[in-house]
Amino acid sequence: MDRSPYVTESPSVSVIMLKVMLALVPGIVAYVWMFGSGVLISLALASVTALVAEAAMLKVRSRPVMPFLLDGSAMVTAWLLALALPPLAPWWLIVVGTLFAIVVAKQLYGGLGYNPFNPAMVGYAVLLISFPVLMTQWPAPLAIAGAKLSFMDQWNYIFNRVLPGGIGLDAISSATPLDTLKTQLRLQHSMESITSAPLFGQFGGKGGEVVAGAYLLGGLYMWQQRIITWHIPVAFLGALALMSGVAHVVNPEHYAGPLFHLFSGASMLCAFFIATDPISGPTTPRGKLIFAAAIGVLTWLVRVYGGYPDGVAFAVLLLNICVPLIDANTQPRVFGHPK
Amino acid sequence: MLSKIFKFNGGVHPPENKLESTGRPIQKLGIPDQLVLPLRQHIGNLPKLRVQAGDHVLKGQLLAEAEGTISAAVHAPTSGTIVSIEEQLIPHPSGLPDVSITLKTDGQDQWLPHQAIDWQQLAPADLAKSLRESGIVGLGGAAFPTQVKLRPASGPGLKYLIVNGAECEPYITCDDLLMRERADEIVKGIEIAQHLLKAENCIVGIEDNKPEAERAMREACAKSSLKITVAVVPTLYPSGDARRLTALVTGIEVPSGKRSTDVGVQVFNVATLLSVYRYLTFGETTTSRIVTVTGNVRNPGNYEVLLGTPVEFLLEAAGGALSDTNGLIMGGPMMGFQLPAAKVPVIKATNCIIASAPRLFPEPPPAMPCIRCARCADACPVSLQPQELYWFSRAKNLEKARDYQLFDCIECGCCSYVCPSDIPLVQYYRFAKSEIIAQDKAKEAANLARERNEFRLSRIEREKQERAAKHAQKAAGAKADAAPADDAKKAAIQAAMARAQAQKTEVTPQNTENLSPKVQAEIAEADARRAEAEGASAVDAANQEQQEG
Repeated sequence: MDRSPYVTESPSVSVIMLKVMLALVPGIVAYVWMFGSGVLISLALASVTALVAEAAMLKVRSRPVMPFLLDGSAMVTAWLLALALPPLAPWWLIVVGTLFAIVVAKQLYGGLGYNPFNPAMVGYAVLLISFPVLMTQWPAPLAIAGAKLSFMDQWNYIFNRVLPGGIGLDAISSATPLDTLKTQLRLQHSMESITSAPLFGQFGGKGGEVVAGAYLLGGLYMWQQRIITWHIPVAFLGALALMSGVAHVVNPEHYAGPLFHLFSGASMLCAFFIATDPISGPTTPRGKLIFAAAIGVLTWLVRVYGGYPDGVAFAVLLLNICVPLIDANTQPRVFGHPK
Repeated sequence: MLSKIFKFNGGVHPPENKLESTGRPIQKLGIPDQLVLPLRQHIGNLPKLRVQAGDHVLKGQLLAEAEGTISAAVHAPTSGTIVSIEEQLIPHPSGLPDVSITLKTDGQDQWLPHQAIDWQQLAPADLAKSLRESGIVGLGGAAFPTQVKLRPASGPGLKYLIVNGAECEPYITCDDLLMRERADEIVKGIEIAQHLLKAENCIVGIEDNKPEAERAMREACAKSSLKITVAVVPTLYPSGDARRLTALVTGIEVPSGKRSTDVGVQVFNVATLLSVYRYLTFGETTTSRIVTVTGNVRNPGNYEVLLGTPVEFLLEAAGGALSDTNGLIMGGPMMGFQLPAAKVPVIKATNCIIASAPRLFPEPPPAMPCIRCARCADACPVSLQPQELYWFSRAKNLEKARDYQLFDCIECGCCSYVCPSDIPLVQYYRFAKSEIIAQDKAKEAANLARERNEFRLSRIEREKQERAAKHAQKAAGAKADAAPADDAKKAAIQAAMARAQAQKTEVTPQNTENLSPKVQAEIAEADARRAEAEGASAVDAANQEQQEG
C-alpha cells in the first residue's frame, strides 16, 4: 500500500542504453567513412551473438528473458566490443569475444548491475592475450590504403578469409599509429620522421582522429542528456593529456604530445563510453575523478612503456578492481555532518 | 529587499500540478453529521481523556489534555454530543485503528465562551501553560506539538525565526492560498513568535512558484513594525523540509542529530503561526484547518474543514472523485500515503487529499537491478549515497547502512523519483531503519537479561558459600575435638579464605577514582563478585588438597 513517491520522472534503463547507442552513431558513421563498411559486419555479428548469449544465459539462470533483453545493456556491450576490435578480424574472433563478455564477465557474475568488470573490456583483453596477431591487423585508412574492398569483399574476408585476386593483406591493412610510433621509436627513428608518414593525420592517426572526434561529439550529447557526468571524461582526458604533455615538454623527440594521445587509439571511446560504465565504475564524484585519472595515467604508461600499443582495456580492468576501495574512501560529507 | 539564498545538494523538479487547486479562494466547508477525532493527531504522547460518551460539548471545549512534555490537547471542533470513545480507522500509513472520539454534531456550532489571552503581560510559565492547552501542532504535515517549540525564551533569544511558506510538494496549495488570503494574520503570528522567542531575524521562505503569496506576504510584512524578510527560494523539492529551508535562507546546516535550536534556529509553518495568533488573540483553539482537495476530483480547491470531518464528506464538496479513482493519498505525491478508507477523518496533519488514478500515478514498472548510475546520489538533498544504502539494506548489512548515515535519510523520495531502475528505495530504507531499531531494542533487552543472569549466578554462588561456611562452623562446634584430618581440612579452608580475604583487601592502585559514583558502585560490585568467586575456588582447592593428602 505504501509506495511513495507516487511519481517518477526517470528515463528507464532501456532508454538510457538506447541513448548510449545513439551517441555511438556519429562514431560509427565516421568509422565507415574512414575505414570502410567492415565495422558494420562486426557490429551486427557482435549484436546477434550478445542477444543470443544473453537470452540463453537468462534462461539457464531462470531469469525473466524479455525485460532483460530489452534493457539494451547487452547491445551496448556488443557495440563497444565491436568498435574496439579490428573490423576485418575473422568472424569467430568477434563471436568468441562477445560470448566471453556476456557469458563470463556479465551473466556468470549475476547479470545486469552485478558485473565488477567492464564486460566489453574483459572480452577485449581475453582476445588480445589469446590472439595477439589477429588483434593487431587493422585496416589501413581508406585514404592511404593500397586497395579498396567492396562490402561483399569485406564480408568474404571476415567469414572466409578470402581476399579478391591480386590484393594482398598488406594492401588493405596497416599497424595503428600508436603501434607504429612505439616500434619506430624503438628503432631510434626521429619523432618528426615518424609522424610525417601518411598514416598520421593532423594530430592523431589519419582517419582515426576523425572517428575520435565523432566519439567526442557523441560523448558531449550523453553529457547534455545527463547520462554521464563530466567527471570521468574530464579526469581521464586530463590525466592522459597531463602525462603526455609533461613528457612531451621534457623530451619532445621521444614522447608524443597530448593531442596525439587524446585522438589516438581508444582514448575518446574510453573517456565517454567505456570508463563511464556506471556498473563497473565508482559512484561518488571524487571517486570518479580518481578512477578516471588513474586510468588515464595507466593508459599512458602502457602506451609508452608497456608491451601493448594501447593500454585502455588493461587500465580500465585494473581500476575496476579498485572501485570498492575508491568508493569507500571518497564518501561525500553528509548534510549536517562535520566539514 | 533581496536576501541571499544558499544551496543544498540535489533536489528534484516533479511536475507541480498546483494550478488545478488555486483557481478559487478558500471555501468554508459545512458541518458534517459526525466528526471523528483521533486522540493522537500529533507526534508524542497520547493525550489524557477529559470527557466521556454522552457528554454534550461546546465548540472549543477541551476533550483531551496534553500528557507529558511532548503532547497536544484535542478540542471539540463544533458543538454536539459525544457518541462513543473507541478505536476507529485513522489516517495513518499503518492503516491501523486508534482511540478516537466520535462527536454527533448539533449544527449550532456554539462556542465555549472564550477570550483573548493577555500574552504580552503573562509570565513566561503561565504563557507556556496556556500554549500547552492550545492543542496547536505543526500544520505543515509533521504535527509536532507547537507548545514545545514556542517556550518563551528565558536567556538570549534565537538567531533566526524561519517561517515556512515553501510548500514544495506538488499538488498541495493550502499554504499558498492561506498566504494570499490571510497574510496579515500570519504576520501577526510571526510577531508573536518573535516576541516569545526573542528572535533576531525573521525570514519567510517562499518558493518562487507562488508569486501571489509572495506579494501578499511582502505587503503584510511591510505593514509590520517588525523587520521581516521575505526570501524567495527556487522551486526545488524538498526546499520545504525544515533543515533544507534553514540551509537555503541562512546557510546554516543544522548538525545531524541536533535540534535546530542548538544553532539558534526555529522553523514554523505559516498556518501554524496563524493558529497561534488566533489562539492568543481571540482564545480560539484549533477547530479547523485548510485542506487542498485535488487530483482526480471534479472541482479541485482548498477548503476550510472542521477537524474530524470524514474525507468522503470533503471529497463530495469538491464535486466527488471521478470514476477511475483508485485511491486517496493524504499529503503530496512525494511523501504522502494511501488512506485506508474514505471515511477516515481530516486531522491536524491533513494538508492535502489527492484522489489518485492510474492516469495520474501509474503503477511503477517492475524494479530492475541497480546499475549504480548514482542519479539518486545526485538528487539526494542530504548528500547521502542512496545506492550504497540500498545495497546495504538489501543485504541486511544493517551496521554498514548505519555507518553510511541511514538515519539522516528524511525519506523525501528524491532517490526513487530519479531511479531509472524504478527501485522502491524509500521502502528499503524504512525497512532497514525499523530493523535496526528492533535490533537495538533486542540487544538492549539481551544485555539486561545477561546482567540479571550474572547477578543471579553470583547470588547463588554467594548463598552456597554462606551455607558452606555455616556448615563448617556447625561441624566445628559439634565436634570440638575432631579428628586431626578434619582439623587439617579446616585449617586449609581457613588459610585459603584468609588468602582470599587478603587479596580482596589488598590495596591496588585503581584508575577509577574519577568516575561517577554509579560507575564506581558497579565496579565495586564486580570486584566483590570476583573476590567471592576466588574465595569459592580457594575452598575447592583446599578440599582437593585434603583428598589428595
